[in-house]
Amino acid sequence: MTAPALRTTGLHKSFGSLVVAQDVAISLPQGARYALIGPNGAGKTTLINLITGALRPDSGEILLGEEAITALEPDSRVKRGLARTFQINTLFPDLSPLEAVTLAVCERLGVANVWWRRLVGFRDAVDEAYDILASLNIGAVCYRATRELAYGQQRLLEIALALATKPKVLLLDEPAAGVPRQQGGELFEAIANLSSDITVLFIEHDMEVVFRFASRVIVMVGGRLLVEGTSSEIAADQRVREVYLGRSRHG
Amino acid sequence: MIAPAVGVLFDGFAYGMLLFLLSVGLSVTLGMMNFVNLAHGSFAMVGAYVAVSLMGLGWPFFATLPCAFLVAGVISVGFERTLFRRVYRASDLQQVLLTIGLAFISVAAAAWFYGTMQQPVRLPVYLRTYATFMGINFSIYRLFLIAVALAVTGLLVGALDYTRFGAQVRAAVDNQRMAQGLGVDVDTVFAITFALGSGLAGLGGALAIEIVGLDPNFTFTYLIYVLIVVAVGGLGSIRGSLLAAILLGVSDAAGKYYVPTLGAFLIYLVMVSLLLWRPSGLFGRR
Amino acid sequence: MAGVADPHQYLAAKQRWAPIEVAFWLAMLLPFVLVPTYLPLASQIAITAIFAVSLDLILGYAGLVSLGHAAYFGLGAYTAGLIAKAGWGEPFSGLLIGGAAAGLFGHLTGYIVVRVRHLALIMITLGIGLLLYEVANRASWLTGGNDGLQGVAMWPLFGSFDFDLYGYTAYAYSLAVLFAVVLAARRLVHSPFGLSLRAIRENERRMPAIGAPSRARLRTIYTIAATIAGIGGALLAQTTQFVSLGALSFERSAELIVILVIGGTGRLYGGVVGAIVYMVARDRLSGMNPQYWYFWIGLMLIGVVLFLPNGILGGLATLLPRRSRAS
Repeated sequence: MTAPALRTTGLHKSFGSLVVAQDVAISLPQGARYALIGPNGAGKTTLINLITGALRPDSGEILLGEEAITALEPDSRVKRGLARTFQINTLFPDLSPLEAVTLAVCERLGVANVWWRRLVGFRDAVDEAYDILASLNIGAVCYRATRELAYGQQRLLEIALALATKPKVLLLDEPAAGVPRQQGGELFEAIANLSSDITVLFIEHDMEVVFRFASRVIVMVGGRLLVEGTSSEIAADQRVREVYLGRSRHG
Repeated sequence: MIAPAVGVLFDGFAYGMLLFLLSVGLSVTLGMMNFVNLAHGSFAMVGAYVAVSLMGLGWPFFATLPCAFLVAGVISVGFERTLFRRVYRASDLQQVLLTIGLAFISVAAAAWFYGTMQQPVRLPVYLRTYATFMGINFSIYRLFLIAVALAVTGLLVGALDYTRFGAQVRAAVDNQRMAQGLGVDVDTVFAITFALGSGLAGLGGALAIEIVGLDPNFTFTYLIYVLIVVAVGGLGSIRGSLLAAILLGVSDAAGKYYVPTLGAFLIYLVMVSLLLWRPSGLFGRR
Repeated sequence: MAGVADPHQYLAAKQRWAPIEVAFWLAMLLPFVLVPTYLPLASQIAITAIFAVSLDLILGYAGLVSLGHAAYFGLGAYTAGLIAKAGWGEPFSGLLIGGAAAGLFGHLTGYIVVRVRHLALIMITLGIGLLLYEVANRASWLTGGNDGLQGVAMWPLFGSFDFDLYGYTAYAYSLAVLFAVVLAARRLVHSPFGLSLRAIRENERRMPAIGAPSRARLRTIYTIAATIAGIGGALLAQTTQFVSLGALSFERSAELIVILVIGGTGRLYGGVVGAIVYMVARDRLSGMNPQYWYFWIGLMLIGVVLFLPNGILGGLATLLPRRSRAS
């Protein structure tokens, strides 16, 4: 059997007396679609920050494929195939989507530090960026400044930027946050249509979406893993009902 | 051997206290609004010129000090309400440009009204004498300066720690959005703090004339020292500003006495190294 | 929305030479025939423009505010001046050595500068500038201290053009270097690297998430900008055959920011236009007491921040219809 695409063991992180991650061990098989759920403050975004290197764990290890990446800088992890999106749009307001995604492609190809050749000369990178944008249905607006884009289009651009890094593992932090429900569905269709080579972990509050698009679900509470299982196992789990489903659903 | 060292230490300490008065207001307002106010030195200069003008009219030195405080505070809040608040959300660069523009104008205005020569200050006779202790001369004026600065520090720390307004200021420095959410009127709190801070700078300016003189370039000469105190001490920290000001005052006096060839080199070097070690200053958060 | 369907056309249009650019460079030749008595001023303008373009690369494109950029300008000036004084008066190699010295210092200080932001960045760049000023001031045996570096004797340019009293050679030389610098900066701005700088300015937090090492990028541009500033300084030393401490001063750094901001940051020609407007205005008003010159600078700064945040070129751009909108 091949190694899992992403694995963490014993991840621990605390700020002073506040423990935000405690003994977190997850393992995502190649090509899996995992959902990460839990009430607000459960440490879901913190876990993504730990995996991507935005935060340093106090202890524990992170493996991408068979390589330990715990000590790597965030940008080096991206180069090895670990990409993420942000819950709150983290884009380049004054660049056009085409420019932004082309830049991400150039970064992956290792040519973004070239200052003596024109960007237009990198035709393959531009074509690839345009194809990514078109595949997410934002090809028509890719020449405008990003800040002029509709909110939902900006959410798609978040994903486009991550895809441009050709990830093996993609971590999506509430990709549909703030998007009306129907558009959110379209957004998840786009995610479901991603190549099966890409392993996906997404944070989402809408349980219908979770059960429809995730093959397995991880539940976090208070910085710890509560339970992991298939959609139906999670739906039937009494503990999950208590801490999560019992409460009001988030839109 | 000992006597000069004590003298240098004393002068440096007095100078540090002066720098503290000049910079503490900037530190608190910068910590609260992240507003880089390079015109802070101009408010100190306003205080200094108010004191000189009133003494010219025959006022006693002591009576001019509260006026220096008041006028600098009132003028500053006028600018805060009309001009500065427009750029709180703008970039660092925009804030630097606007306030340095104002500083330039204040220099020109001072030259227009008062000319470019040094202004005289007429101290009461008893402030111009020395107290001798263990064979060392201590300037009465510097003792007075230290006493004023210590009193101000005590008042500030007390007000911040024990009054309702102080609590609001601390909350706003700590987390502006949170404070707003808790019903603190950050806008008004900031305006008052700004006036107080600039008033203290005005007071410092009036007290500084005897030590460092006064001409229209006062704004820029002291701006760099004030910025060093704020950056090294850490934004929004009164303790940090006090420590940094004393450190700077003593090193400046000691440097001038023991290694005059190095000039200000040593101070800049210490500042750059300190900021590399702790980019948010000695007592800075983040 | 038709007309720009192809991504290659869209990107190519962004970096195409505009007719007004060509006209601009032709106009820069006019001083030779129209106002030959002002050629020394024209050289000063070209040199200041080089310096302003170098600051624009870090401030306008990458978003790093520096209050100490004169350090690199002055270092280039003293290096070129000292080489000439020591007996090697060949201008072009002196120019390159001056640029290299400043670039090396920029590379070393770059490691410090890119680590900090906000007030700490302002203070560290300011501190580096003040430090170098103090060093030059104290080392008067080498630099001449307050009297300035004198006895800078230049050989003819390329062995055949003497630096004449009227400034023909000086302006031709300065203008050629300015043109080369703008060409290089133009290439850089439209390269993938230039794009990544704009992205850092727009949102540095996102950069690691697309696999970009933004600190390394900032170090590179800081080194490049320092090199260009050094070339500008070297040019000043060679054309005026003198270097004063003022080349390293805080006033020089502050003035440069004013120039760039008046012209417009983050636009290739902002620094050039700013240099022309500022230097001509200062020349016209040179009879004025310097204190009042400061008054006008102050007023201009406040006006620019409140009413013209993108400088003269930004203001013009909003007035003129945008070509790319035509369909």
